[in-house]
Amino acid sequence: MALEKISKVTGTAVAVPGDDIDTDRIIPARFMKCVTFDGLGEFMFYDVRFNDDGKKTPKTHPLNEEKYKKATILITGNNFGCGSSREHAPQAIYRYGIRAVIAEGFAEIFFGNSTTLSMPCVTVSKADRQILQELVQNDPTTEIGIDLEAKTVKAAGKTFPCEIRESARQVLVSGHWDPIAELLEGNNKVDEVAASLPYVAA
Amino acid sequence: MAKTLFQKVWDAHSVRQLPNGQTQLLIGTHLIHEVTSPQAFAMIRELGLKVRYPHRTFATVDHIVPTDEAVEPYADSLADAMIKALRQNCKEFNVTFFDRSTGKQGIVHVVGPEQGITQPGTTIACGDSHTSTHGAFGAIAFGIGTTQVRDVLATQTMALGSMKVRRINVDGKLSHGVYAKDVILHIIRKLGVNGGTGYAYEYAGTTFDNFSMEERMTVCNMSIEGGARVGYVNPDGKTCEFLKGRPYSPKDREWDAAVNRWLSFASDPGADYDDVVNFKAGDIEPTVTWGINPGQAVFINENIPAPESAGETEKALILEALEHMKFEGNTPIKGKKIDVAFIGSCTNGRLSDFQETARLIKGRHVAPGVKAIAVPGSQVVAGLCETMGIAQTFRDAGFEWRDAGCSMCLAMNPDKLVGDQLCASSSNRNFKGRQGSITGRTLLMSPAMVAAAAITGKVSDAREVFAS
Repeated sequence: MALEKISKVTGTAVAVPGDDIDTDRIIPARFMKCVTFDGLGEFMFYDVRFNDDGKKTPKTHPLNEEKYKKATILITGNNFGCGSSREHAPQAIYRYGIRAVIAEGFAEIFFGNSTTLSMPCVTVSKADRQILQELVQNDPTTEIGIDLEAKTVKAAGKTFPCEIRESARQVLVSGHWDPIAELLEGNNKVDEVAASLPYVAA
Repeated sequence: MAKTLFQKVWDAHSVRQLPNGQTQLLIGTHLIHEVTSPQAFAMIRELGLKVRYPHRTFATVDHIVPTDEAVEPYADSLADAMIKALRQNCKEFNVTFFDRSTGKQGIVHVVGPEQGITQPGTTIACGDSHTSTHGAFGAIAFGIGTTQVRDVLATQTMALGSMKVRRINVDGKLSHGVYAKDVILHIIRKLGVNGGTGYAYEYAGTTFDNFSMEERMTVCNMSIEGGARVGYVNPDGKTCEFLKGRPYSPKDREWDAAVNRWLSFASDPGADYDDVVNFKAGDIEPTVTWGINPGQAVFINENIPAPESAGETEKALILEALEHMKFEGNTPIKGKKIDVAFIGSCTNGRLSDFQETARLIKGRHVAPGVKAIAVPGSQVVAGLCETMGIAQTFRDAGFEWRDAGCSMCLAMNPDKLVGDQLCASSSNRNFKGRQGSITGRTLLMSPAMVAAAAITGKVSDAREVFAS
């Protein structure tokens, strides 16, 4: 299975500041009453974007501002995506149109789920995150370039170092972010290991 | 060389190293439910794949089930479609399904141990972050996303990077009125909601040695709230005793071999840990959350923190939490008037939780104006509570006694907060909107503390309420 090699993500960005933004906030549980991921994008951050009045009246939120509508990169705080294992969270973000997330830190399950969707999650220092956020807030047309080969984020002529777990970086840049083909290749060996485990073999 | 349980289980289940450095890890036990599996079944169907080892996947329905309605179709057509999809998928792929008609349905993390499916030295994955619960048995158990559910269905394996291991020792005797829930809330408060990122937590020390299996489950359950995807306790005699005679436990001649094997997975003395943290049981008091993540917690007699007292990053988080919770900083948590009391969930929805709470509330009544609901974690728990008179004690005290499910822990069923109701809850997450209302407010605490709040109508010290 030839997959797209993700070594660079370039685009404009939207900043959603805050630490510990959890998966319930990214996609409230009531929108998980579905048997497909289709259409989840419109519910991303629903409860912080819209009033609970049944009329979907928008609240003041960067994601509701016209100037950020074309953003493909999300900039946020520390421990982003904490909470549940729901893949619905990165699915909603991806289906909304975001192609990479820059944060101070990520919750582990969210990070893994995002990588498997080919959406890089890179971390920058708190100071750099603030600079990037201000750049985007001052000029929403600022182009941000994430380079997974060089491990840098470039914006407005400045270069910031970024980090990403090496195994995730490798699968993204080599186009192996969906592991299913490699897992299927290991099939025979799986039977061997299974046979050595009484609870599986039985 | 001395090894941790984590290393032993990892090595026993390692299939091969993948080119990116991750391990292809065999997942011996796969648990599925209606919310995170339908898309995974659709994916394997699209790829023309089958379920690799159907006998190692077990399904139940928990998140969306109404707890006051057993007859299908459910009033909520989306929920109805989800249970039917799971039923159909299990039938098509030959997967065991603990449906509501079996008498074995319940929250996936209650059902696994109860049926004896959860065993020491195994790997367990489920599309649910509270899968760490099963670590109480000395299993490496963790939550996975739906694409990984697909991987496990299709290959019985998944790609995973290894984790560091942090040993968390809690030693000594807990004070009267302090429970396993207080221990884990305290650990999360001290180590932070992301303190465990990249770690498996090994819980140890005399406090854990003395804990029942259900208490160990309560602690392991909330590992992810501290950022740790895996949390476990080394298997011992108590672990084996719990599993003896359960439907999926090894039987007859296989039993002794299984016990020997299970115990051999326990961490060796002298094993190396990436980090060690020590707590004294005697320092822990009944703990209540006041904010919007499980680390924002105080002892019952402490004040909610004042934003001024914190550094810049912390201050922003406190202010955000106080605004949502409609609390003032530097005021006592004790005495806050509650609207709803919820006892249940994969954290505290087991027999011992209801047994202990029933003992406390017997002969008392829920305060006027408080809606109190008790939701057993499984049909088996519900049945035992009926037989033992526990359910009746709850009803007599003014609780609504419901059918098994996740219920108001995440409100994917009709059990929801309304408006900005304040809920004393034995569940695991106090995120904004978690209990079904955007402005709803959650206070996490032990079932005994929920009972005290239900009886008095306000956040109270259970040790005082139930003193006589």
